[in-house]
Amino acid sequence: MSISLSGRDLISINDVTKEEMLAIFREATSLEPYARSKSDVLKGKVMALLFFEPSTRTRLSFEAAMKRLGGDVIGFEEPSMTSIAKGESLIDTAKVIENYADIIVVRHPFEGAAKAIADAVQIPVINAGSGALSHPTQALVDLYTIWREKGRIDGLTILFFGDLKYSRAVRSLVRGLLNFNVSFIFVSPELLKLREEEREFLKSMSIPFIEKSSLTSDLAREADVVYVTRIQRERFTDPMEYERVKGSYRLSMEHLQHVKNDLIILHPLPRVNELDWEIDKTPYAKYFKQVFYGLLVRMALLKMMLT
Amino acid sequence: MAIDRELRVQKIKEGIVIDHLRAGTALKILEMLGITGKEGYIITVAMNVPSQKLGTKDIIKIEGRYLSPSEVSKIALIAPKVTLNVIKDYQVVRKERLILPEEIVGIIKCSNPTCITNHEPQVQSKFLVLSREPLKIKCKYCETIMNQEEVFRRLS
Ligand SMILES: [Zn+2]
Repeated sequence: MSISLSGRDLISINDVTKEEMLAIFREATSLEPYARSKSDVLKGKVMALLFFEPSTRTRLSFEAAMKRLGGDVIGFEEPSMTSIAKGESLIDTAKVIENYADIIVVRHPFEGAAKAIADAVQIPVINAGSGALSHPTQALVDLYTIWREKGRIDGLTILFFGDLKYSRAVRSLVRGLLNFNVSFIFVSPELLKLREEEREFLKSMSIPFIEKSSLTSDLAREADVVYVTRIQRERFTDPMEYERVKGSYRLSMEHLQHVKNDLIILHPLPRVNELDWEIDKTPYAKYFKQVFYGLLVRMALLKMMLT
Repeated sequence: MAIDRELRVQKIKEGIVIDHLRAGTALKILEMLGITGKEGYIITVAMNVPSQKLGTKDIIKIEGRYLSPSEVSKIALIAPKVTLNVIKDYQVVRKERLILPEEIVGIIKCSNPTCITNHEPQVQSKFLVLSREPLKIKCKYCETIMNQEEVFRRLS
């Protein structure tokens, strides 16, 4: 049975069923040969990038994906909130751009912005991050990396380490992982713990999880996947609070003394200093491979949504 | 049941009777409707009246004023099970049990300051009702969940 995403939006990871996820993963793997060359599957198609918040990495990943598939790219990346502050209507902007493109990819500092655009335009919309909550393509990339590297997702123990309060990648990935049978360990400094509503949400779904405020090598030994996040400086409304927590956690070689042989370490990048460079040389480090997988997943999404 | 009898005696000619309000909510409802008492309407408020259905309840009678659909929706939000009686020429011409719809559009603002609905005039707030009692609603844009108290605070 073939699964189509044609004409669909991708706003939240909750919009994607487990079957669709697996179809995206298979498509991503099959597109790997074109990631280093070029195909013309999306020749004549135009992708518009509406980045109301800068994110060079996410933008480049989408651009590369579209170009490898033979499509064209237009759009903008705002260096700051200036145009939003000026009161330009997001909806008007989107309605103008929809005349030039076949698909819109949007990144915005406010929650729900991608959904608002998707409601207003006829062409498909991909949410490349809106506000502090959702980042579905990053979640798909993370899930794909786990699936590709481990050959499965069911039965794994995922340890999240770092800023669990403000990281939209974490929130979206946790949501995505709920499609599978996994165990959670959350490790973060007190001030960056999971939000209460997230905790309530997991409890309401009867999902077992462990929460700790510091990482020990014994705890790390339990994990099949360690997912590290940087502190989301831009989400802090109180600069003093940021000063208190910056540099308060770091994954280093000592944590990895007793880990499983096939442990994988992921990070959505960019990193600051929460992930020791020494770790790059270990076989556990998969975060740069994760970037390449990100390209494959975005190629798969664009192909499946546009053909 | 002295109060109840008295209320029945003081019939109004034109206006509304909001009955079966949860005890202690009448003043909040008046505030929400923007009624201060200075408008000149004849208003009767009964609070903590014994009620078979609710134990105790509040009742509001307003002479010479009707409610707009959005006012009715707001009342339904904070006072489920309310009965709204519309009176014309001393007769109850309509009696309506207010029911909260499954989706609430544009009546209240989302409590999340960085929700797009608080920044884009073209985007109306939309909430999904997760639970009617106790009230729990979820923003369809940012997924923020608001409980009864938060909704109460945002209605006035
Ligand atoms: Zn909201």
